[in-house]
Amino acid sequence: MNYDSLLSEKAKNIPPSGIRKFFDIVSEMEDAISLGVGEPDFVTPWHIRNEAIYSLEKGRTYYTSNAGLMELRREIALYMERKLSVSYDPAKEILISVGGSEAIDLCIRALVNPGDEVLVPEPSFVCYKPCAVLSGAVPVPIVTKNEDRFKLTPEALRAAITPKTKLLVLPYPNNPTGGIMTHDELEAIAKVLRETNVFVLSDEIYGELTYGLNHTSIASLPGMRERTIVVNGFSKSYAMTGWRLGWAAAPKEIMQQMLKIHQYAIMCSPTASQYAAIEAIKNGDEDIARMREEYNYRRKVIVDGFRKIGLSCFMPEGAFYAFPSIQSTGLSSDEFAEKLLRKEKIAVVPGTAFGESGEGFIRCSYAYSIASINEALERIDRFVNGKGAETSCQ
Amino acid sequence: MKKLLQLLEKDATLTAQQIAVMLDRDPQAVAADIKEYEKKNIIVGYKTIINWEKTENEPVSAIIELRVTPQRGEGFDEMAKRVYQYEEVSSVYLMSGGFDLAVIIEGKSMKEVALFVAEKLAPMDQVISTATHFVLKKYKVDGVIINDKSKDTREVISL
Repeated sequence: MNYDSLLSEKAKNIPPSGIRKFFDIVSEMEDAISLGVGEPDFVTPWHIRNEAIYSLEKGRTYYTSNAGLMELRREIALYMERKLSVSYDPAKEILISVGGSEAIDLCIRALVNPGDEVLVPEPSFVCYKPCAVLSGAVPVPIVTKNEDRFKLTPEALRAAITPKTKLLVLPYPNNPTGGIMTHDELEAIAKVLRETNVFVLSDEIYGELTYGLNHTSIASLPGMRERTIVVNGFSKSYAMTGWRLGWAAAPKEIMQQMLKIHQYAIMCSPTASQYAAIEAIKNGDEDIARMREEYNYRRKVIVDGFRKIGLSCFMPEGAFYAFPSIQSTGLSSDEFAEKLLRKEKIAVVPGTAFGESGEGFIRCSYAYSIASINEALERIDRFVNGKGAETSCQ
Repeated sequence: MKKLLQLLEKDATLTAQQIAVMLDRDPQAVAADIKEYEKKNIIVGYKTIINWEKTENEPVSAIIELRVTPQRGEGFDEMAKRVYQYEEVSSVYLMSGGFDLAVIIEGKSMKEVALFVAEKLAPMDQVISTATHFVLKKYKVDGVIINDKSKDTREVISL
């Protein structure tokens, strides 16, 4: 069969994620250190795992309702009230999704018509653009800059809005830059949006991982709840990536549409995961605090390390990535990542995987032990500053 | 103070320089604090957790339950002191419940441990009875899971 002429043009035109590029090699390299993985190195806390086991012992192996277990939705409503000061009706405005990713996809599909523009601040997580394209929308990048601490500015937003703009993706705390948006900065963004009919997809998956300031949801600002879809999940905050569980909270008119798509595509999220999530959200605050403290130590160690090496590095304020600039080396992001892997067996992700504006940067996850981070920094130092690099070159 | 001690308790190989970065402090101030804690005996010592099972000279350890008669004016302290002087004794705790002192002993062989109990502990005047429990396998020591040097099994995923 001539697949090329038969397969979906839309699917074919989506580029593969730039993150995967080197990593298949890494898994086969002896003593390679990867700073590439964007997931916690912690195992899900035992009391949470135990609730899933208990649910299996009890024989809770059926589907849940499409939107998810009511008890979990109620707990999520309480959580959002408690931590973000924004209220949602668990019966009509909250949906349990298969990870935050599904909620992102649902949100975009429920909102956009062909030709609509979706604003995506960049560098950012890889899925927004392809999801928009698959829905027939046109993704429009808004470049965020190192000197602005990778924040979305109201000026850049205003300049990007056109009559066709349907949705702004607000990916903060940000992967890969570690940038965050404070209450006041969000208020400036909200001020621009209130004059328009633009919706906001607020991806708050790293909301629990901020260092210093507590996360603010744009949905909590006056007049913003009605136009905001909040996406969150259990993966990063509770180290539950493999459970595939997230949620969306939105006004019921939007949620009705999202729920329809969810029920046809997914039916419902995994039941055991939902029981585990109830325990997580009810009794997991201490786990979050413990992991956050650990990430915070690593964050300082890795940024201090890069700066000592001579690479300028923005001090990330959220998530668990450092995004140092490698411009001073004269290499492109791709070259840097590839040579570093070959010479020193350290895997990092080139900034360009997160949009063209990521050129000149690399993303290094610090969801690794301090020992691994220190070892990696030593090798990057050797690579950048040439200390003994020649001898280790094969 | 608490954070510094917690960091060192988890990993005594951290340098003052590294700790200073983690706590946003001056390295010299951290080094001075550590000296101070050592002097005040808040930091009592530094040890390494070793999985002896993987070596050829695996020592035998045992937990001995001691029931003793407390001494007038001294309670159990005097008795504990007499017990912990022995080099073979690695830990001594005063316990609530069915016995009084929990004594952890390390020796080269079961015989050596048994002889120590029979010849040194049991004959003491205040000792009413002893019960020796040999450790067969260590799973977790001081918060560290032995034999759990698991590989990073996180797979490649695009995010």
